[in-house]
Amino acid sequence: MSRVLAAPRRARVSRRELSNFAYGLLFALPGLIGLLTFVAYPVFASLYYSFTSYSIIGRYRWVGLGNYVNLLTLDDEFWNVLGNTTYFVALSVPLHLVVALLLALLLNSRVPGLSVYRTLFYLPSVVPAVATAMLWLWMYHPTNGILNSLLDVFGIVGPNWLGDRAWAKPALVLMSVWGGGGLMLILLAGLQDVPQELYDAAEVDGAGWWPRFWNVTIPFLSPHLFFGLVTGLIGGFQYFTQVYIMTSGGPARSTAVYSFYLWENAFQFLKMGYASAMAWILLMIVAACTALVFITASRRVYYGGR
Amino acid sequence: MYLSVRRSAAIVQRARHRAPGIRPVSVELCLAVFAATFSIPFFWLVTSSLKTYPQMIAYPIVWIPSPPILDHYVQTFQIVPFARYIGNTMIIALMTVVGAVFSNALTAYSLSRINWPLAKPLFALLLSTMMIPFPVLMIPQFLIFRNLGWLDTYLPLVVPAYFGYAFYTFLLRQFFLTIPVELSDAARMDGAGEFRIFWNVIAPLAKPALATIALFQFIGAWESFLPPLIYISSKDLYTVSLGLAMFRGEFTSEVGPMMAGSTVMIMPIVILFFLTQRTFIKGITLTGIKG
Repeated sequence: MSRVLAAPRRARVSRRELSNFAYGLLFALPGLIGLLTFVAYPVFASLYYSFTSYSIIGRYRWVGLGNYVNLLTLDDEFWNVLGNTTYFVALSVPLHLVVALLLALLLNSRVPGLSVYRTLFYLPSVVPAVATAMLWLWMYHPTNGILNSLLDVFGIVGPNWLGDRAWAKPALVLMSVWGGGGLMLILLAGLQDVPQELYDAAEVDGAGWWPRFWNVTIPFLSPHLFFGLVTGLIGGFQYFTQVYIMTSGGPARSTAVYSFYLWENAFQFLKMGYASAMAWILLMIVAACTALVFITASRRVYYGGR
Repeated sequence: MYLSVRRSAAIVQRARHRAPGIRPVSVELCLAVFAATFSIPFFWLVTSSLKTYPQMIAYPIVWIPSPPILDHYVQTFQIVPFARYIGNTMIIALMTVVGAVFSNALTAYSLSRINWPLAKPLFALLLSTMMIPFPVLMIPQFLIFRNLGWLDTYLPLVVPAYFGYAFYTFLLRQFFLTIPVELSDAARMDGAGEFRIFWNVIAPLAKPALATIALFQFIGAWESFLPPLIYISSKDLYTVSLGLAMFRGEFTSEVGPMMAGSTVMIMPIVILFFLTQRTFIKGITLTGIKG
């Protein structure tokens, strides 16, 4: 103790800093190693692989931009899966946001049995993807499924959902909305943080339901809606399990989505280099979409004065 | 005194809190309609798993199985070694839970409670990796584990959990930041080292957040599909999701066991959810903080 006190002030500070640095690094080590080994290295390794032709067995052969050129100019299937994924994301993400917002608004009232409703709306989102896929496969069965049986009650002949090119993608979108309760909970928490005074003030000013919703509720929820948009986008591009289980990309490749084709190239056709090029294109797309959302949203998202 | 009055005022306010008022009657009606719609799949899953095959394919539809039978549940465990797969997945899940809790808590501690120059840049880097989709990393990770000779073992599924996961680190960091700095400072005055502060001060206070991580990780491992699909090839080592998927490939017509198997797979998650609902909802809500 007396030694520390006797030491010059400057040396004491730097010693403290040194010890902080050592402990900081030590504690961060697990995360840091993981970041380098399982994220940073793979990102750059796949960039390298994307310039090679590699098939697990054999050697890496440098092909320059060959994989990218092939994907973008020769591979019709690439454009097909890109289109399918865009369709899926463009439909499911906004629908998901709207339904989650609607449910959150409904739950933010004083109706008896709220916690039961909340549980019920949230529960589907914890159902494992494989089980969801199995269950909806049977729900969508053209003759024995519950969906067409219900439609039958109203005298409507339901489509052959997953067997019909026109209906297979909407069927997957509908299913994904069922499992979207996580965002609802986030929005509900956001709604409860809106200061009541603002509503009261708006009411005093004679603002109706829509102005209050649009000018008070939405600005306060915008960070959460923004979060839902970004995670929805990223999640949409990773959509895989349901397609693998339910349709294997069919009928006529109408539900083959990006990650599914990437997986096929890598682990079915063993075209690792080619699949890596797809991985990098995916990374660019996700980065571009996220950046775009960030830029357009930054002026509209309200962070409560932070 | 003033504070407590303000607090109770806030509580009262929250109780009568509502968004722009939608008329209560229409709210109840809408909720009921949505509730019915959201329950249909669950209803269909459980009733289907209890129907005989003729009832399953009967026209007009048989809504309620009569009498309910458990044959499909028995078959599920006979057609594939489903009990074994449950055990396998349990082992993987529990092993990853331990890893995820420790590695992310340590990393988050460094990023939030230690004042060192790399804390901020490292956190920014970690955040930016959160948006990288798994398929982008999948091939190099696969090749790493293949070169280590770890294919067809649980190591590729378990080991990464011991080296942090950006999303969990982020969650824990946000939680650690809410704990007053003075607590750490006081402990330092008393001569406690960083590990003691971490273990005796921060970790006990962060129990709810750590429980959330454990819960998320358990469920994530339980339902994980693509990683086991890539890494596991021996049927003995299959996980529940791979085992359930087999009904789709090799036993396509076996709808009964498919539904029974799905129910069995969902059950632990649903039970866990009901037991830990508070932790769950708090965790999800924490996710959305600051978008």
